Amino acid sequence: MAYKGADFYLSDELFTEEEILIRDSVRQFVTDQIMPIIAKHNREGTFPAHLVPGLGELGLLGASLEGYGCAGVSATAYGLMMVELERGDSGIRSFVSVQGALCMYPIYRFGSEEQKQHYLPDMAKGEAIGSFGLTEADFGSNPGGMRTRAEKTAGGYLLNGSKSWITNGTIADVSIIWAKLDGVIRGFLVDKGTKGFSAQDIKGKFSLRASVTSELLLENVEVPETALLPGTEGLKSALSCLNQARYGVAWGAIGAAQAVFDEAVRYAQGRVQFGRPIAGFQLQQAKMAEMLTEITKAQLLCARLGRLKEAGKATPAMVSLAKRNNVAMALDAARTARDILGAVGIMDEYQTFRHMCNLESVKTYEGTHDIHTLILGQAITGLDAFE
Amino acid sequence: MKIVVCVKQVPDSDAALAVNADRTWIVDSGINFELNPYDRYALEEALRIKEAGEGEVVAVSLGPARAAQVLKTCLATGADRAIHLKDEAFQGGDPWANAQALAAAIRTVEPDLVLCGFQANDDTLAQTPVLLAEMLGMPHATGAMKIEKTDTGVRVARELEADRREVVDLPLPAVITVQTGINEPRYASIKGIMAAKRKEMKTPGPADLGIDPSQVGAAGSRLRFFDLAVPPKKEGGEVLTGSTEEIAVALVKRIRENTGVL
Ligand SMILES: Cc1cc2nc3c(=O)[nH]c(=O)nc-3n(C[C@H](O)[C@H](O)[C@H](O)COP(=O)(O)OP(=O)(O)OC[C@H]3O[C@@H](n4cnc5c(N)ncnc54)[C@H](O)[C@@H]3O)c2cc1C
Ligand SMILES: Cc1cc2nc3c(=O)[nH]c(=O)nc-3n(C[C@H](O)[C@H](O)[C@H](O)COP(=O)(O)OP(=O)(O)OC[C@H]3O[C@@H](n4cnc5c(N)ncnc54)[C@H](O)[C@@H]3O)c2cc1C
Repeated sequence: MAYKGADFYLSDELFTEEEILIRDSVRQFVTDQIMPIIAKHNREGTFPAHLVPGLGELGLLGASLEGYGCAGVSATAYGLMMVELERGDSGIRSFVSVQGALCMYPIYRFGSEEQKQHYLPDMAKGEAIGSFGLTEADFGSNPGGMRTRAEKTAGGYLLNGSKSWITNGTIADVSIIWAKLDGVIRGFLVDKGTKGFSAQDIKGKFSLRASVTSELLLENVEVPETALLPGTEGLKSALSCLNQARYGVAWGAIGAAQAVFDEAVRYAQGRVQFGRPIAGFQLQQAKMAEMLTEITKAQLLCARLGRLKEAGKATPAMVSLAKRNNVAMALDAARTARDILGAVGIMDEYQTFRHMCNLESVKTYEGTHDIHTLILGQAITGLDAFE
Repeated sequence: MKIVVCVKQVPDSDAALAVNADRTWIVDSGINFELNPYDRYALEEALRIKEAGEGEVVAVSLGPARAAQVLKTCLATGADRAIHLKDEAFQGGDPWANAQALAAAIRTVEPDLVLCGFQANDDTLAQTPVLLAEMLGMPHATGAMKIEKTDTGVRVARELEADRREVVDLPLPAVITVQTGINEPRYASIKGIMAAKRKEMKTPGPADLGIDPSQVGAAGSRLRFFDLAVPPKKEGGEVLTGSTEEIAVALVKRIRENTGVL
């Protein structure tokens, strides 16, 4: 049976024909190209790099940007793309989020025309890969405290410091390094192979195993004037990128939830215990009813958020609400689905456990669940509880 | 080369089908439709031939309003323009009537090559392209697994039984039906989908094509479905029991006696 994501409230009717066509094309790509190979990559802890040109050809990289070889889709279409990708694997969606929302977006928004011309067309094609270096080992939720420094030199800048938990770090052709220049956080484009710049993969992950996560080391890295993203000014520049990515994460989580829901329902219908399908037991029906209810709410949340974003009315706190709700929802759905699958639920022959593990990372990155609670608390009360 | 690709909208291969009240066709409301899978290969082949040189790919479909969807898919995947025969007069036809209408539409394009899927996934008749070739006065080849341009036309490797192939040379223009597996169809890219809305989709009626409405659609058909039925559920079957060895012996015995295969 061809995969169809749960859509109990006919939310497809909220999307344009073009948005649906885009969604369907990505869905087909995921079915054909990702589903058959993802379990193996997850098991072996490898990123399916061979998919990157296809992602580029399809137009998924930097899809919401205009020009420079990018498709320029609506915020809603972008969200639907994320749903489908994450139905495949959160790691693949992470790759696309980092490439588009965290790397191409800042170059597009804060870069010079030369920087845009130099990087964006290749990145849209997947011929150049980006990484986004904000987090440091000692500064995760509090990136403003970062230690990485930039100093002005005669010909450019000298960078020193380290970054941790950086998606795509070792495979990136260009890394956006956030560093303090005279106490102000700025973004720098550091090309692969620049002297003093090195990256190493973080091993032993239980989560996002099909995605590359790395540590970056910057030891007296000399970069030219042209490496500075001229429009960056303070932490808010970095946070504006995260806001784009969080928006995609909020949508993407729906896809993971749909995938585990689909798997759990099919399994429950086929699994016979005590002489009948377990789908017929009230306890299991309660779980499935809960999952579908939460998926449906998350879908409507995002459908509305997408239109708000297109109208320029989506505030960062609105994005926080959706990221916080939807990722927690998807993680709960995955844990419930795993229960329904009984013993087979711990196997990688089924998708559920992989999604469940992946979603633990998704809950932590792009602002932890707690941090989004605090952002909402701030939006409600006007009082900042961070410090 | 100017290439026409004929495409058909068919029910999703996993749609739950029911026979309609007068048993003449399926109930076509409430199910999803898709581009006939064979036609995806025909389209891909057309795009590849075009990209190897230059030219134009025109997608043509006969079907009701909903069939516009498959033409949009073709435009999004790379076809340059589309013709949709959606006039009521064209609907409900058999392969002969449909080929009449398609031939009239295709004549307006004056193509060098007409590609069709090997068959349609709904009725699996595989008749329309062959009739179409005859009406257009073009040679045809069916079941192509390879199409190569030659100095005089095209060379087509046709799929026969048991991995055998027949190679034929055709002058152009010609009609070729394409077998699945001839290529790997591409996906409609996001940019392609967005560009599609600016591409031309014509919807000529019988008068525009100079066709007598009595020769197309239900009126022009010679073939009629009059008693469709869902095949009866297979009864019984036999469950073999015993040790693995006993089951294997019993199974071989039955295969031998009932099929003559062994
Ligand atoms: C797989 C993966 C990929 C990643 N990719 C990237 C990337 O590409 N680029 C990048 O820059 N970063 C990346 N990150 C880092 C990610 O953004 C951080 O992990 C995240 O910001 C949390 O930081 P931390 O892990 O240091 O946790 P901490 O900040 O140490 O938080 C630990 C716990 O304390 C809680 N906490 C923290 N502060 C408060 C507070 N004020 N009040 C209450 N509770 C609080 C948190 O909610 C959390 O539960 C990635 C992380 C992972 C796991
Ligand atoms: C790592 C591992 C090691 C194991 N080791 C052993 C071992 O050493 N020896 C051994 O004998 N077994 C072992 N088991 C098997 C284990 O006991 C079973 O997995 C367990 O009994 C559940 O059975 P199941 O996996 O077939 O799930 P199922 O029984 O198919 O259950 C699937 C789902 O349906 C629910 N369900 C079932 N019946 C009902 C009902 N009537 N009403 C409502 N809900 C229902 C279950 O709660 C579950 O959520 C092991 C399992 C694992 C994962």
